Amino acid sequence: MKLLLTFSKKKNREPVIAQVVKETGVLISVERAHIDSTSGEVLIDVPDTDAPRICALMEAKGITVRILEHGISRNQDECVDCGACVSICPKEVFYLDAEHQVHLRDERCVLCGKCIPACPHRALSQTL
Amino acid sequence: MDKSIALINQRIREGTAQVVTADRMPALVEELGEDRALKEVDVVTTGTFGAMCSSGAFLNFGHADPPIRMERVWLNDVEAYGGLAAVDAYIGATQQSTTLGDQYGGAHVMEDLVSGHVVELRGISRGTDCYPRRNITTELTIEDLNQAMMMNPRNAYQRYNAATNSTDQTLHTYMGTLLPNRGNINYSGAGCLSPLSNDPTFRTIGGGVPIFLCGATGMVVGEGTQHSPAGGFGTLSVTGDMKKMGPDFLRAATMHQYGVSLYVGIGVPIPILDHDMVRSTAIRDEDITVDLLDYGVPRRNRPALRRVSYAELKTGKIEVNGEEVRTSSLSSYRKALEVARTLQGWIQKGTFELALPTRRIDPTVSARPMRETALVPRVRDIMNTNVISISEDESIRSAAKTLLKGDTNHLPVLNRDGTLVGIVTTYDVSKAVVKEEKNQKVKDVMTTRVIKTSPDEHVDVAAQKLERYNISALPVVDNQNKMVGLLTAIDLGKLFGKRWQK
Ligand code: SF4
Ligand code: SF4
Repeated sequence: MKLLLTFSKKKNREPVIAQVVKETGVLISVERAHIDSTSGEVLIDVPDTDAPRICALMEAKGITVRILEHGISRNQDECVDCGACVSICPKEVFYLDAEHQVHLRDERCVLCGKCIPACPHRALSQTL
Repeated sequence: MDKSIALINQRIREGTAQVVTADRMPALVEELGEDRALKEVDVVTTGTFGAMCSSGAFLNFGHADPPIRMERVWLNDVEAYGGLAAVDAYIGATQQSTTLGDQYGGAHVMEDLVSGHVVELRGISRGTDCYPRRNITTELTIEDLNQAMMMNPRNAYQRYNAATNSTDQTLHTYMGTLLPNRGNINYSGAGCLSPLSNDPTFRTIGGGVPIFLCGATGMVVGEGTQHSPAGGFGTLSVTGDMKKMGPDFLRAATMHQYGVSLYVGIGVPIPILDHDMVRSTAIRDEDITVDLLDYGVPRRNRPALRRVSYAELKTGKIEVNGEEVRTSSLSSYRKALEVARTLQGWIQKGTFELALPTRRIDPTVSARPMRETALVPRVRDIMNTNVISISEDESIRSAAKTLLKGDTNHLPVLNRDGTLVGIVTTYDVSKAVVKEEKNQKVKDVMTTRVIKTSPDEHVDVAAQKLERYNISALPVVDNQNKMVGLLTAIDLGKLFGKRWQK
């Protein structure tokens, strides 16, 4: 399950993710991180069964946690199956099948947002 | 045995014509041989569905009461060309909305019209004795128009060069988003399904030929603008009745940070008259090659990195200088197939007959570049040659002094033989002063990845660099990286204030 963590640098000076890994023994994979001087946003992937425990712990440490149920979403009415998104995505979420139709491997998506402006038909969006 | 177009049309009417889509033709000819293919195939249908900026429509709105001679016309805030008769206008696909910018444009107006949506018309006039009215605002659907004639001066490119980007910045182009350091390759066109690739000598494609256009029956007008078949880049101008079109094969698009375009679906039926037509429609993706161009070079003649076929492009990755790069199509092959199959269905049902050109298209010409009569300013024309610079071993203190004395914010840093090695700004120096580290030298605080220009570069290209990197000065270097001048935003400002701009 993918969790989006938002934290402010002022409050969290500790290595929270490392602490949670240590306390729970759950291996957390960091898929994307954006951190600047005042705040940060980190997308992590954890086993579904451990997610409630991890959420609770993170929240106790002052982090806002949002569960991301879906990756990028596509409006089928707007999509023309061009495939412009295919080579843009760093996670190879999009692929063409033998019928030249574009499909999504939703579970790979880390919601980096790169494909959204690259779609000429405005078919992609981030539903939160 | 050669076949006449009359015989093919008779078979179409009788419902016995054999029609195949162009993608199947190579295998069919291989299997049957040319003689039997000629006997058994009457028509090959082609198709393409991609961005075609050179598209638009003539619209006639009918007269208002009291009547108005519209001089300027807007449809949903997108200006249409009104320099025609009183209530005619031409809506161009790439024109952008005055309120929504590149999120809505002429292409979107066209899509809204063929979808049956309401569109707001605004027109203004100075008023004449016969047309006293000065302005009008009304809501219309395509039903309310007398005519909506799609008229596209350039569609159906035979093939198109693929694009990549070797600079270290993402580029937003009409060829889509190009990732830095050759991070991806974009291409366009349907390859073996593309209409003009199946008849490159224009024997059966020409003026007057009926075609599939955006879901309706259209017609080839003649050669398209920029028609350049000698090099394999033929184009068509086409027309069709927009009232019969639908949004399945006419879609507005926005190329991010480039602008609005229109995706157009076109299919041309090709009569299999003789062996030559069998051979030309048996073309494969492997046979159609284009250059892979570097869009990092903003010139008319962009350097080609290699030659590549549609077959390779369609695999999803190709090799460039030993590295594998992923490819993306901007046009839709699925939709192109849908076009070819729809046209195939029409012909099989007997509702669409073929015709030979009434006006031939020249297959030998090449498009010429623009003739430019005014001098295009180069960096050397406006750069500052009296540049104060500094050497890398000088102290921060002396850099500060030089900045102050020279009344400048940028100091190019040169090594002993005058080669540019970095740049320091007032900001870098102030930061170093605040930090108070001992014995800091210029080389410790300078930026070494310098964005620079050359004396020969066009001023507009240099201006684009200043804007893109959000900087205010560019060192000018020769091809040995020796500094020859400095170009600042102020120099550019002077230029645009004066001579070259009207
Ligand atoms: S770029 Fe947009 S329209 Fe093209 S396949 Fe991807 S989602 Fe569909
Ligand atoms: S948001 Fe990023 S990871 Fe997800 S599909 Fe788009 S480009 Fe790929």
